[in-house]
Amino acid sequence: MSISKAFLSDIREKAEGAKEKKAALGPDIDLSRYSHHIERGRIESLEGLPQQAREAATMAGIDVKEETRSGSYIQVDHSVVYERLNKGYEGKLEIMSTTEALRRYDWLEDYYWKAVPVDQDKYTAQAEINMTHGYFIRILPHQKLDYPVQACLLVAENHVSQNVHNMIIVEEGAELQVITGCALSKSDAEGIHVGVSEFYVKKGGKLFFTMIHNWADNFHVRPRTGAIVEEDGMLFSTYVLLKPVKSIQMFPTVYLRGNRASAKFNAILYGLKDSYIDIGSRVVLEGEDTRGESIARVIAGDESVIYSRGDLIAKTKEYCIAHLDCRGILSSTRGRIYAIPQLISDGASKAELSHEASIGPIAEEQVEYLMSRGVSREDAISVITSGFLNLDIPYLPQFLDRNIKEVIKATAKESM
Amino acid sequence: MREMLRVEDLWLSLGEKQVLKGVNFSMNYGEVHMLFGPNGAGKTSFIMALMGFPRYRVDQGKIYFKGEDVTERDIHERAKLGMGISFQRPPTVRGVTLRKFTELILNGKGREEIMGIAERLNLLDHLDRGLNEGFSGGEMKRSELFQLMVQRPDLVFIDEPESGVDLENIALVGDAINSLLGKDKVKDPKRGAIIITHTGYILDYVNADKGYIIFDGTLVCGGNPRDILSEIKRFGYKRCAVCR
Repeated sequence: MSISKAFLSDIREKAEGAKEKKAALGPDIDLSRYSHHIERGRIESLEGLPQQAREAATMAGIDVKEETRSGSYIQVDHSVVYERLNKGYEGKLEIMSTTEALRRYDWLEDYYWKAVPVDQDKYTAQAEINMTHGYFIRILPHQKLDYPVQACLLVAENHVSQNVHNMIIVEEGAELQVITGCALSKSDAEGIHVGVSEFYVKKGGKLFFTMIHNWADNFHVRPRTGAIVEEDGMLFSTYVLLKPVKSIQMFPTVYLRGNRASAKFNAILYGLKDSYIDIGSRVVLEGEDTRGESIARVIAGDESVIYSRGDLIAKTKEYCIAHLDCRGILSSTRGRIYAIPQLISDGASKAELSHEASIGPIAEEQVEYLMSRGVSREDAISVITSGFLNLDIPYLPQFLDRNIKEVIKATAKESM
Repeated sequence: MREMLRVEDLWLSLGEKQVLKGVNFSMNYGEVHMLFGPNGAGKTSFIMALMGFPRYRVDQGKIYFKGEDVTERDIHERAKLGMGISFQRPPTVRGVTLRKFTELILNGKGREEIMGIAERLNLLDHLDRGLNEGFSGGEMKRSELFQLMVQRPDLVFIDEPESGVDLENIALVGDAINSLLGKDKVKDPKRGAIIITHTGYILDYVNADKGYIIFDGTLVCGGNPRDILSEIKRFGYKRCAVCR
């Protein structure tokens, strides 16, 4: 049974009220510039994607052969072009568009726009009013998969506003890995990607979420992510941005609602050209013995501007602990980095919150040390840069870890 | 025996300070020379300048290596020509593992060789750690020598191989230096070393051909390294001020 009209109408009303509401952070985007609507036909397999799209998807961590995936969801511009669930996982895992899920499940009223307010700003409003699908992934209680699920959101045309609403539900005791690649397959395209993502991790569930963004010089990105983690649940989120972008602003928030819930955010950001990057993570510790960690590795090159934010907000009267770690390298005299950690203890007298933040150049002493072993200056800088960005993220599937490392290596070389 | 390194009238500054004042020095292929001297005399500055670190500015003089004037060559070029250095306190490079870096030195070849050397130097557990990240004094020395054994330079500068190393590990460090110089097998006539030492403990493990004292930026005496060491032990460096 589909979600009720009354519920949707209430949401729509709130969205209409926020249509002109500027975001608290980041440059304001005139959304009326991006009104081109593009529908695409279905494809039979990922190898049927046009070459440019296939390459863009691969660079964003997507396995077009799907050999090591439990399922796939691919969207190009405004159309869902491909959905597939490995036969062995039927009855354990669901993959479909959020549009379809809203048609199918009335109980989504308990989830839809519950982790992100629909009236947060004009971008959340846009995602509701002009929603163009997004993925819905749900793993049933106590299920674990051999391979991750992959989702790819591609933009292939000019003046498009891709407005997706993604939902992931990890039911009690289940464990899920999701790799999302968002990319532009037309490198000079001007446009915007608005991506609302709501994650729900139930009691004892685990979600490993990895997102790789590959955008380009004229493209704006406004993700809006909220996650709610219940008792003993865990969210492990990794975000990678290594290509230029016109502007991106996001501040994903996780609410550690249940006791012993935990979350970890990793962000690897490389600012190139005149990219404007404003990315943070917010951990709200509400349950007893909740734990949070937020790590960012940031390099600003060329004329890029990077805001690396982190908020830790403790709200429980019981013990909780969280740590922020942001390190930045400024590799250009025209670049800028702002590291903005914020710790808030809201009546949480037992909370332990801490942060460390640093910004510096690539240390000449390190470059010379490597050179003294016969390595060229260029190779020394490249290997130091790659090493700085490599977080050695635990639980990351090996192939993805390798993929990220290769992308970092290539980017470090390219940017020399 | 052919000359490997020649230094002519080397004047060196570090910031505003004149650290070397007209040093003349030469050594042949296959020789091992020891440098003694009080703290701040210019020993480390001397080998850092030989390796080409730009902080150590050559104001005057020439450095010839294998017959070639390398005074204007950068660090990487000198390393490619066959120079290598073991730092007293190497910097920490987070994220660049010992394994990755030694593979880079070998251009991705010789992985088995790397494992063999690492095993010999008791560094297998350190291969996947960042360079010098959390290494003890002894581990740092072994890691430095490990990298050099992979690099295989013809002339190696070793800055205080005993500092921060316990007595048990000095033997291991001494063995590694001998191996690096090819002296554990049939003597390699090519490879040479300049070793800075304060204590002289390393002389129990490594045979040196000649010793020098650097005092106040000048080379004040040269001779049998063991004789020089025993003089220093008896009289300290105060006679150097008179002797020069």
